[in-house]
Amino acid sequence: MPYDPVLVQPMREELTRIGVEDLTTPEAVDSFLDAGSETRFLVVNSVCGCAAGGARPAVSIALQNDNTPTRSGTVFAGQDLEAVAKARSAFADIPPSSPCFALFKDGKVVHFVPRHMIEGRDAQSIAFDLVQAFDAHCKG
Amino acid sequence: MGTFHQDQGELHGITVVVDTPGTRVYVGRCDTETPDGIVLLDADMHEDGTDGKSKAAYLEQAANYGVWKKYDRIVVPRDEIASVQRLGGM
Repeated sequence: MPYDPVLVQPMREELTRIGVEDLTTPEAVDSFLDAGSETRFLVVNSVCGCAAGGARPAVSIALQNDNTPTRSGTVFAGQDLEAVAKARSAFADIPPSSPCFALFKDGKVVHFVPRHMIEGRDAQSIAFDLVQAFDAHCKG
Repeated sequence: MGTFHQDQGELHGITVVVDTPGTRVYVGRCDTETPDGIVLLDADMHEDGTDGKSKAAYLEQAANYGVWKKYDRIVVPRDEIASVQRLGGM
C-alpha cells in the first residue's frame, strides 16, 4: 500500500525545491530518460530515515557542483509504484533498493549507487561520491 | 527528514553481511538483534559454490550492486553467526 501522500510530500519537496523533477508516472519517466547524448540523474527517493535521510541532502550538495547532469529527476518508492517500476526497468539487472541513485549518459547507466552505499553515511560523504561521478561523466 | 527507529539497535536499517563458520552467508537489511539471533529483511542467503560462485565472489557482487532478495524476513540463529559487518563497508 502506498504511503500517505501527506507524509511523503515534504520528502518530495526536499528534492523538487532544488530543481529535481518529480516523475510520478511511467510516461514522465520515459520522457525523462529519452535523453539522447545528454546526462540524466535519477533519484529513487524513499521514506527510510536510515538511508534517505542522508540521501536527499547529499543530492542537494552534489547538485551545487560545477559539473552536473543536464536534468535530474526523482521517483518515490512505495508511492509512485508504476513510475518506480518504469525507472527500475532502466537498470533491471541491478537488484532493486531504495533510496538509490542512477546516472545515465547516452541512455546507459554509467554510475549507480545502491542503498547499502548510502545508509549510515553522512550527506557530505555521499555527496562526495556523487560529485566524483558528475565530474567524470557530466563535464562540458 | 524520514522515518527513524532509533530504539532498534545500531544496525537497524543497515544492510549487513552475516557470515557463518560454514558455507552459508546471509545479506539483508538488519531489522533487530536479539539474544536468539539477527532478523534480516529483504534478505538473500548464498551457499558457497552455488551457481558457480564462491562466498567471496558472491560478496564482491553484492558489495557492488546489492542482492536479489529471496526472503522478506529471515532469522539467522545466534549460534550460526561468525561475523556481522556492513555491506557498504566491504
